[in-house]
Amino acid sequence: MAIIDAESVVKELRSTYTSGKTKSYEWRISQLKAIMKILTYHEKDILEALRSDLNKPEHEAFVHEIAGVSSSCKLALKELHRWMKPEKAKTTIVTFPSSAEIVSEPLGVVLVISPWNYPIYLGLDPIIGAIAAGNTVVLKPSEMAPATSSVLSKLISEYMDTSAVKVVEGAVPETTSLLEQRWDKILYTGNGKVGRIVLAAAAKHLTPVLLELGGKSPVVVDSNININVAARRIISGKWGCNSGQTCVSPDYLITTKEFAPKLLSALTSEIEKFYGKDPMQSNDLSSIINAHHFDRLTKLLDDDKVSGKVVFGGRRDKTKLKIAPTIVLDVPGDSSVMNEEIFGPILPILTVNKIEDSIGIITAKEKPLAAYLFTNDKKLKEEFIRSVSAGGMAINETNLQLVELNLPFGGVGESGMGAYHGKFSFDAFSHKKGVLIRNFLGDVTARYPPYSSRKLQFLKAVLSYDILGIFRALLG
Amino acid sequence: MDRLEEGLRKTFRCGKTKEVGWRKAQLRGVLKFVEENESKIFEALKQDLGKHPVEAYRDEIGVVKKSAENCLNNIEKWMNPKKGKLPLLLFPSKGEVLPEPLGTVLIFGSWNFPISLALDPLIGALSAGNTVVVKPSELAPACSSLLYSTIPLYLDAEAIKIVEGGSDVAEQLLERRWDKIFFTGSPRVGRIIMSAAAKHLTPVTLELGGKCPVILDSFSGSDFKVAVNRIAGGKWGPCAGQACIGIDYVLVQQKSASILVELLKNCIKRYYGDNVKNLQSICRIVNKQHFERVCNLLEDPGVAASIVYGGSFDRENLMIEPTILLDPPLDAQIMTEEIFGPLLPIITLDKIEESIDFINEKPKPLAIYAFTKNDKLKKQILQETSSGSVTFNDAIIQFICDALPFGGVGQSGFGRYHGKFSFDTFSHEKAVLHRSFFLELEPRYPPWNDFKLEFIRLAYSFNYIGLLLHLLGLRTPNRSR
Repeated sequence: MAIIDAESVVKELRSTYTSGKTKSYEWRISQLKAIMKILTYHEKDILEALRSDLNKPEHEAFVHEIAGVSSSCKLALKELHRWMKPEKAKTTIVTFPSSAEIVSEPLGVVLVISPWNYPIYLGLDPIIGAIAAGNTVVLKPSEMAPATSSVLSKLISEYMDTSAVKVVEGAVPETTSLLEQRWDKILYTGNGKVGRIVLAAAAKHLTPVLLELGGKSPVVVDSNININVAARRIISGKWGCNSGQTCVSPDYLITTKEFAPKLLSALTSEIEKFYGKDPMQSNDLSSIINAHHFDRLTKLLDDDKVSGKVVFGGRRDKTKLKIAPTIVLDVPGDSSVMNEEIFGPILPILTVNKIEDSIGIITAKEKPLAAYLFTNDKKLKEEFIRSVSAGGMAINETNLQLVELNLPFGGVGESGMGAYHGKFSFDAFSHKKGVLIRNFLGDVTARYPPYSSRKLQFLKAVLSYDILGIFRALLG
Repeated sequence: MDRLEEGLRKTFRCGKTKEVGWRKAQLRGVLKFVEENESKIFEALKQDLGKHPVEAYRDEIGVVKKSAENCLNNIEKWMNPKKGKLPLLLFPSKGEVLPEPLGTVLIFGSWNFPISLALDPLIGALSAGNTVVVKPSELAPACSSLLYSTIPLYLDAEAIKIVEGGSDVAEQLLERRWDKIFFTGSPRVGRIIMSAAAKHLTPVTLELGGKCPVILDSFSGSDFKVAVNRIAGGKWGPCAGQACIGIDYVLVQQKSASILVELLKNCIKRYYGDNVKNLQSICRIVNKQHFERVCNLLEDPGVAASIVYGGSFDRENLMIEPTILLDPPLDAQIMTEEIFGPLLPIITLDKIEESIDFINEKPKPLAIYAFTKNDKLKKQILQETSSGSVTFNDAIIQFICDALPFGGVGQSGFGRYHGKFSFDTFSHEKAVLHRSFFLELEPRYPPWNDFKLEFIRLAYSFNYIGLLLHLLGLRTPNRSR
């Protein structure tokens, strides 16, 4: 796609936006309903595309991708009327007499760049937010998931208003060309390296950006817990989510030296229950996205510092791009598996003497997108929440904080900036315009020159909310 | 520079800035600073900008006091977690959003309100529990110097640093990694700041500017006079027009143009006097470079010919007379760039509704001011224009309304502050989901089968009755495909 095409795409969307049609409640609802139709009538096509791109099990695909989008869309359909209403703001004596409100307006023309791991969910969910807020939008799906990129392009152009919602397929050249244009907002989900490129491109046009990145999301496991439930939730969050190729998946685990053997035993036993004696044969595990990432992951495992520490799993099959659920124990802190986001089915377990030591290990690293703690100890819980900074957290659970639409989903530091989901999506794609309404009553001459000490007195009183002082100044 | 950043990070890590007691102590420190140094602040502002003490109190000291007091009164409330309502499906569980400080932040002040635009963001950063570097503008050297020498006497010097200097110092600061950068200034420098921030994935708030228009509808009587008073006050009152939310130009119906000009002339004479060598209660232009820039706007012959009042200047004292222009050429610089000075173009239209298209052809400004009693026009302005904010029947005053977010959109910037928005802007809102081990849902886990899939379908529809029936084996699945 040539540069000139990106320009004309934006031009067309700007013209559609200027026409005003995307601002109407009816238009927004019609587009949200169109997305529901896509999910309802083409579930099979979508699941097939996900199986093709990621070997994603149908059940996982349904829960994470289809149901994820559908609940987001249903919430928007239900709440849009309320979200679009201006919010009253309280005024004080400082601006008396006046009334104030905050009006939500669309930003204009927005760009959503989505990744390969949840190509439907992370493509359509931001679009829901963009449309609900009244914008026109371009979606650039990841070329690393070509079947879903293609199915999104086809279905969106079939069901949605293509003068306002467009899919631009392609790879680096197309993305670069899109990033050269002026957008009113960009939402990028992916890694920190490309996040920096997106932010730098946005800086040229002063475009605000929402970055959903990643990081090494730790899970700390205390003793004195329901070990089987914890194990299941950890497995579900790690291997049950795209074989660990998920931005909020537990990346590594920390527990005490004492508790580690029991935990390991619980994990391996539950993994067998989920995926059978030979997980390589299970149909319920996603594959690695491509050969490049397969090689990256196997390199992490075969590293000198790591290969001797494999305590479970380790099997791989390049022809099927599969790596079995693998656990490595007490790898050195400077091994590569502990220095980059794993994004795969390898789980390092680090052991510490006291569980509280885990906090120092976590805070020495970059702020992750998520942090998890399994404990029944209130004090540990409070210390963890207070000391660990992360995009979001879950106690005695993994990943589910993402699903809760009343909670904002976003990163901090290296894991990103901005947040969305639920109403936060609507807000992320809106400009919140402050409106102050005054009338002509009671014009206060103290505001105007020539200035005098009496006027100064009056101003001092007003700005300190000092009603008595105001009267005193007025009466001289 | 290294030691500066490291020191602040070390202070942050030790945890004291997170304590509410520490934050309140800093806020009280800011209050004490402005209260005990009022005359020094007046003196510095007089030196840097020729700002009259009343203007200085209204726009700088008073603003800082109000902000600090508002924060002190509300900080505990703001620091409390916000409860999130969770669906029955996740029972038993609890969700909340916890504000936490970002860490070590960098604030760039601006020269036109060198005290308030440095201290107001600082108040936000402190209330949110961060450590802070403030770099005041070198174009207001007396104020910069006052902040540098005096703030450490009132605030925790291990956590708050004032760094003086020009663009070379700014560049050095921008090479370091910050958890947030807050910038007030021009779009050109805003781009530079954002590009530098991109390298470290640092979130930024940019408070920029734009050509803030006035839409002046035609109505009669004393209210029109009040409107013109407010327009005059809103143009020349804040820093002689050198203000981001200052009135840039006025749009008015042709028939009301001459009365507008007459009333404005009266205001000018009353408020400021009519001798450029002896103007009262109005700032001067900040420096020679900006003085020449503003004077050059009048060089264009078409522009010069449109002057209906004023136009003279006093180069020695960097004073430019409040100047009114009537219908200067629309393609002249004075109408294509932010004026940031005491020149007021008046553009006449046949119908006042035309002002909407006129404004929409320019980049989105930080503020739009509309003086009208026509509700239909008000609604049109709100819905068909975009700007940081809109104020009806007044100007500038939205700046002190803490309930309203203060910030731009498009070329006028992004991000916002004032009141609780300041606290939020320097915070990370961390979502926390609490679950217990009780009540496990088997269908969450593989191996997958149709029963589990149906369970999940029903769960996502929050179809609790269907779920119950399904679990009891009393429901036939709905196969709609």
